[in-house]
Amino acid sequence: MSPSRAVPVFVALGDATRLRLLRRLSVDGPLSITRLSRGTGVTRQAITKHLHTLGAAGLVRHARRGRERLWELDRKRLERAKRYLDQISAQWDDAAERLRAFVEN
Amino acid sequence: MSTDRIEKRMVLRALRSRVWRAISDAKEFGTWFRITLDGAFAEGKTVRGSHGHFKVEMLVERIEPERYFSYRWHPYPNDPKVDYSTEPMTLVEFTLEDAEGGGGTALTIVESGFDRIPLARRSEAFRMNDGGWAGQIKNLAAYVT
Repeated sequence: MSPSRAVPVFVALGDATRLRLLRRLSVDGPLSITRLSRGTGVTRQAITKHLHTLGAAGLVRHARRGRERLWELDRKRLERAKRYLDQISAQWDDAAERLRAFVEN
Repeated sequence: MSTDRIEKRMVLRALRSRVWRAISDAKEFGTWFRITLDGAFAEGKTVRGSHGHFKVEMLVERIEPERYFSYRWHPYPNDPKVDYSTEPMTLVEFTLEDAEGGGGTALTIVESGFDRIPLARRSEAFRMNDGGWAGQIKNLAAYVT
């Protein structure tokens, strides 16, 4: 993995509008750009740009339904990321218990 | 749930000075962490460690005696053929306090910065088998039990 591919994820997560879009898609499921921009005060063009940024980072994807293009979370990748964190967390649990045994004895 | 950080809190039945030594002395750290380190910890210094194929570089960031120790590293075992040195690192922090009610040390371990690591890589690391993350977990489990 080259640093140039790391940049999109870093950029994608560092913006309030994009985080709101992720939360909205997480709660309401696949949505069109029209629905995503409604009532946000952000233009369709800006939303589109944000979605493409999230898409480049592998966080969302789009599918065509009829004449509409719907955007949704890429749950599989998010889920893999979470499982990865769970593994590291378990590793820390083990290390912490070894530390306990080391200092308490 | 945060995808950016892991936090562990525990109360150890040991003096703060004892816990501090176990964390800040590279030799003692290596004993319980199960890693062989090539030198002592000092602020701004890089200490290299290995355990079989598992290799790490710890960039020591801050040392406040008996209170706080932090370093940065690449959090997962990786492919020796790939240079990860320019990728984001996570920050590991150990914070020591006197346990409430006395007679013990409250230790908090935090590893943060996972959101900066490419998602694609996180899933890749998870998928890898031989010599990869899953393999390391298995090795680790074998040593622990």
